[in-house]
Amino acid sequence: MTELLEHPVVPHSEPDTIEKVAIVVSKGSLEGVYPALIMANGARMEGIEADLFFTFFGLDAIRRDRNAKLKVATVGNPGMHIPTWIGAIPGFSALATRMMARQMEKIDIPPVPEFVELVADSGVRLYACKATVDMFGLTIDDFVPQVEEIISVGEFYEKAAGGQIVFT
Amino acid sequence: MTTTLIDGTPVDVDAEGFLTDPAQWNEDLARSIAEENGVTALTDRHWLVVRFMRNRYLATGTAPSIRALGKESGVPVKELYQLFPKGPAKLAAKIGGIPKPTGCI
Repeated sequence: MTELLEHPVVPHSEPDTIEKVAIVVSKGSLEGVYPALIMANGARMEGIEADLFFTFFGLDAIRRDRNAKLKVATVGNPGMHIPTWIGAIPGFSALATRMMARQMEKIDIPPVPEFVELVADSGVRLYACKATVDMFGLTIDDFVPQVEEIISVGEFYEKAAGGQIVFT
Repeated sequence: MTTTLIDGTPVDVDAEGFLTDPAQWNEDLARSIAEENGVTALTDRHWLVVRFMRNRYLATGTAPSIRALGKESGVPVKELYQLFPKGPAKLAAKIGGIPKPTGCI
């Protein structure tokens, strides 16, 4: 007969340390890109190896023509705590973006193009997702020079081997 | 907080070995802490970073961000990571005898 324990026995183990992370960036809004950059930079600051894999609209963060122009999503974003129709007013997203940029500067978080350079200089390796690059009809020349190469999802898993994968 | 002996000198440190009282620091202590943390020889470039971290902390009460460190210390970010592979801000703070940096950047 199966005995039900009131307090299940959880095996106790020493806490492990994280040695490596691979962070997937799938969103192209400002609030979608910053967390990944902050996590990658934070990993390097702790001596943790870090890779960034940009896919779908996340590619905007490494596109030369777009990465200085990322916007806060003010429509369909419950975190804004405003009615959707207000978020849709022309210029509202630009305003919210300027406000966020100002707050970021105050706490010494760089604008996206500078942040991408910073993490690359810190030893983070940057990759673009082949499937999305092909879908959007892009080439390596569309990206900032810090991007090492365009890789398939299979190659991403090879590079991420032995580490933690974080999807943002 | 515990008191530990570094180089035969009693100093107050936190659980991770950061000095809790910057006044207890001196350069010999810095060399010992560096060696314990895998930085075997402190070059002039290491000292530049360590002194910048320490002076900024003593002047403002907070350690500089990696961004400020890279822009203002005179040592660019790439070189910072060559000098301190296991994390420049954290290691330079430890060697410089100031508390662990608390910022996310």
